[in-house]
Amino acid sequence: MPGLGARLGRGGATTTLQSLADSDCIVIMGSNMAENHPVGFRFVVRAKTRGATVIHVDPRFSRTSALADLYVPLRAGTDLAVLGGLINYVINSERWNTDPFFKEYVTHYTNASVIINPEYQGPEDLGGIFSGYIPEERRYETDTWQYAGQDERPAASEDKAQTAEPRPEYIGRLDEPVRRDPTLQDPNCVFQIVKRHYARYTPEMVERISGIPQDVFIRLAETILENSGRDRTTAFCYAVAWTQHTNGTQTIGACALLQLLLGNIGRPGGGILALRGHATIQGSTDIPTLYNLLPGYLPMPMATALERDESLDAYLRRNRPMTGAWYNTPAYLVSLLKAWYGDAATPENDFCYDLVPKIGGDASFQAMIPMMKDGIMKGLFVMGMNPAVGGQNAILAREGLANLDWLVVRDVHEIETAAFWWDAPEVRAGKVRPQDIKTEVFLLPAALPGEKEGSFTNTQRLVQWHDKAIDPPDDVRSEVWFVYHLGRRLKELYQGDDTPKGRQIAALTWEYPTEGPHDEPVVEAIVREINGYTVADGRLVPDYTALRDDGSTACGCWIYSGIMPEEGRNRAKDRRGDERASLEWGYSWPRNVRLLYNRASADPQGRPWSERKKWVWWDEKEGRWTGYDTPDFPVTKPPDYVPPPGAVGLDAHPGDAPFVNMADGRGWLFAASGLRDGPLPTHYEPWETPVGNALYPEHPRSPAANLLERPDNRYHEIGDPRFPYVITTYRLTEHHTAGGMSRFVPWLAELQPHGFVEISPELAEELGINNGDWVVISTLRGETESRALVTERLQPLVINGKKIHQVGMPWHFGYSGIAKGGIANDLSALVEDPNSRIHEAKAFTCNLRKGRLTRSTDEEGRG
Amino acid sequence: MSTKVIRDQPGRTGTTGARPGAMGFLTDTTLCIGCKACEVACKQWNQLPMDEFGFTGYSYDNTGDLSGTTWRHVAFIERISDSEGRRPTSMRAFQSNWLMMSDVCKHCVNAGCMEACPTGAIIRTEFDTVVVQQDVCNGCGYCVPACPFGVIALDLGDGRARVGDHKAHKCTLCYDRLRDGLEPACAKACPTDSIQFGLVEDLMDRAKQRVADLRAQGVEEAHIYGDRAVGGTGGIDGLNAFFILTAPPEVYNLPAQPELPQRKTIPASVSTALAAVAFAVGAILSLRRK
Repeated sequence: MPGLGARLGRGGATTTLQSLADSDCIVIMGSNMAENHPVGFRFVVRAKTRGATVIHVDPRFSRTSALADLYVPLRAGTDLAVLGGLINYVINSERWNTDPFFKEYVTHYTNASVIINPEYQGPEDLGGIFSGYIPEERRYETDTWQYAGQDERPAASEDKAQTAEPRPEYIGRLDEPVRRDPTLQDPNCVFQIVKRHYARYTPEMVERISGIPQDVFIRLAETILENSGRDRTTAFCYAVAWTQHTNGTQTIGACALLQLLLGNIGRPGGGILALRGHATIQGSTDIPTLYNLLPGYLPMPMATALERDESLDAYLRRNRPMTGAWYNTPAYLVSLLKAWYGDAATPENDFCYDLVPKIGGDASFQAMIPMMKDGIMKGLFVMGMNPAVGGQNAILAREGLANLDWLVVRDVHEIETAAFWWDAPEVRAGKVRPQDIKTEVFLLPAALPGEKEGSFTNTQRLVQWHDKAIDPPDDVRSEVWFVYHLGRRLKELYQGDDTPKGRQIAALTWEYPTEGPHDEPVVEAIVREINGYTVADGRLVPDYTALRDDGSTACGCWIYSGIMPEEGRNRAKDRRGDERASLEWGYSWPRNVRLLYNRASADPQGRPWSERKKWVWWDEKEGRWTGYDTPDFPVTKPPDYVPPPGAVGLDAHPGDAPFVNMADGRGWLFAASGLRDGPLPTHYEPWETPVGNALYPEHPRSPAANLLERPDNRYHEIGDPRFPYVITTYRLTEHHTAGGMSRFVPWLAELQPHGFVEISPELAEELGINNGDWVVISTLRGETESRALVTERLQPLVINGKKIHQVGMPWHFGYSGIAKGGIANDLSALVEDPNSRIHEAKAFTCNLRKGRLTRSTDEEGRG
Repeated sequence: MSTKVIRDQPGRTGTTGARPGAMGFLTDTTLCIGCKACEVACKQWNQLPMDEFGFTGYSYDNTGDLSGTTWRHVAFIERISDSEGRRPTSMRAFQSNWLMMSDVCKHCVNAGCMEACPTGAIIRTEFDTVVVQQDVCNGCGYCVPACPFGVIALDLGDGRARVGDHKAHKCTLCYDRLRDGLEPACAKACPTDSIQFGLVEDLMDRAKQRVADLRAQGVEEAHIYGDRAVGGTGGIDGLNAFFILTAPPEVYNLPAQPELPQRKTIPASVSTALAAVAFAVGAILSLRRK
């Protein structure tokens, strides 16, 4: 999310799956789309039947590659180097320099012309790092990255807790007029800085780092260039094979940079489709269960030594920019507080701001694991997750589970996380005895999608309602029921309690109508609250522009406001589709915009760039923006609008600034703020890698990656000869994440009944392995055994003159259910991207040998 | 790898003997992403049990074959490297080096299983599909060797806990769904519309156009499997569930020129009779008194 958020303003897919059908070229990279988004892939196939070129860049030839026109093999973890190579190729190409479209888009819609602080220095100057690095703390001071002449940005974030979204506060401080060079020649302008930064990312360097032959790379670059411009657009589709790296955020940022240079953002068939995985994971960050976000991507308040949001005013001072759409942060936050605390929240008490939890340290998922092992965390609710299989360093996770006082697992089956105490590999091998585990484990049955009412928010920010088909049986209950009644009982418990903790619970509004024999909360009542209403009369608000900061409105999540604009009208239930934007199918945030930043689908004068690619345009006669989509722009602001001095909010943006959430309304090629590890994406090796960094030998790995160095989480050195193979983990169509929903279902289990590791015939021959043999894979975290699937779909690559083997392992498998197998995450380590705190699962190193574990833990000894 | 190019046979390519109103499938393998939604939808709708089960190591195919309890089966054929062992980068459009094909009962225009069935359990429905009436089937198994494609099979259980009913089973083309105006489960579930359902004559027109488009995009080996030229030969006269393939049928484990086994009855009987006469003559000649 910060990858797109820091450069474009919102951390989400900029386009829709349906829009892919309008693409002239689709690049699928960091994704195995056909296998993991099979229904969405129908639009790729549709594009192909219309003549589009489909390209798949991936370490493995997968079911997506089978449908591609060009398959580009690469070493896992080098995607950023390839994107950097594409940036370099594009801006030095004849096409980009002679077709006026590109410079027009880039000059008006991006910050290419902005002059940066002259003290800025980059990896070319400093051998691999940026100016402002503090090595002992593995972090950056970002003063020198700012726009020239801007006021000093406030104290840097030193804490280990980091928001997943760029703090608007960093983006907001544009007090002085921004200095620009529209000719893009000034050596300190963003464009020239970008050009210098990527100058050594040549096709030859890309080959050395990633293993992609130069002619194949050039073919990739030329195809993308040919299919960008006024008349043609290229889309990028990515998923967790970009996110799950120590440089994941920057990899995604490199794609945003490239797509801005190519003029593809905001245009039909263009953009960046961030393919999110679970059915409603977009919803789970919109109305988050993340520790560091409030609903609608408002930052959580902080309470660390350097950053204290001790009052509502202090929070707003740090988090509220004066320009752009986030200017209305006070209205969004106060309305949220009114929704949460109701009448208890008054202007006099800062709307109960003091009751909102504040971040004092790292409480992300990865931080929780050692907290459990070290006895800091005593109890855990696990709902729809399976950390015994699904999280990094699963061995450490299971040790953590064994150290809790209590554990509640709500799921459909007895998944590995609930069964760890009697069935984990270490129990079967006799290393751990159930009677020594003190954890009290509660296993509660959870309802399935057809047994409860609710909505999914899919990868393109589209909210679709799901009806309940049948009541859940026996004691099975939905999450809404569980959380609601748990909260109700907690409120009874804490009634009259005047301690801060007690008041936090007592003050919460917690009244929803219930129905049925089990007192199931009426979900649409929750949707009402999420949409927002005026407090005095309870009337629903039409959208977030109606929200106020004086306590007169309440709203559970401002970006969803508008989903229920009047009584009885739940837009998530709409089901009228069409051949264009399908504005009457479901509800897309914000304000039912389908293609984000669609102001950029028109030229600076408001005319479509071409007839073929028209989407949204300015209607001079009506004086408003119109077209096939909801305009992602103030609807009556003319293209030639010039902001008066002192203007605030969206009035501070001119009529040709499509990126409404950014402080200056422009897409940021150079991310002056919002990211912890640099303003420009830079190639760093994965934390575990067989080779050094060909571009920056002195700083081979991310200088800011979040490490967790402990004896039970040891890392491999660069080029460690004990672990010479690159390993990547991934998903199959037939199974779902850690397997709780699929390995227990006979019809799915029989399709992929056992775990396996894919290896190339070349490696198989070196190690004497035949197809189907048992193999043991090992790292410093642990060992696991699996079956070898020898296939030419994997191939060795030549990296900087050295032959490197890659192996791949689906991570679905565990010891429970019908389909079983070795746990891939017993091998992986806890190590994170510093911006998103996402784990590095997609590229690390391992060893591999034919044979079985000394004490085999597979009960049946067969596949 | 050498490939035999399918030569179009004028007058037979793209034609079928399907009766007017026949319903069927066009399975366009060039759109298949190997997701197996068809296998799961079929099993779920028909409440079929899990198969004899295990890791085969054969690409992503752990189901193996059509059987009495698997009525849609996705085959995977890896043809990754060329004759010199080079891996692919630029590939032909649509489903190149990893062939994926959802196999199913062909619902033959003239069906070997139906002709072999002694009880009349196997019938042709009002949709011109071929269906086994389970209450009539006596489990004799005569239909099994009579199918040139190896589709129909007896449910013999899984060799462990599950006991089969010992009767013949295969795809019904969702006869129950068709009678309620719904499309078959597999066609509904297929995310890329690789499996298309409709009138066979409409589907055949569509397939001919698609093959022409594919050949224009460089897929020279694209052809229809299940017309009178290929797949619907030897008295079968066409397959109501037919395919678009991009390699010779043998690559997919399909017979290119199948024949109804019944067609061998007369020649086999004549040969046997001639052999009997020859033995008789030989016996008379060698055993007569001089």
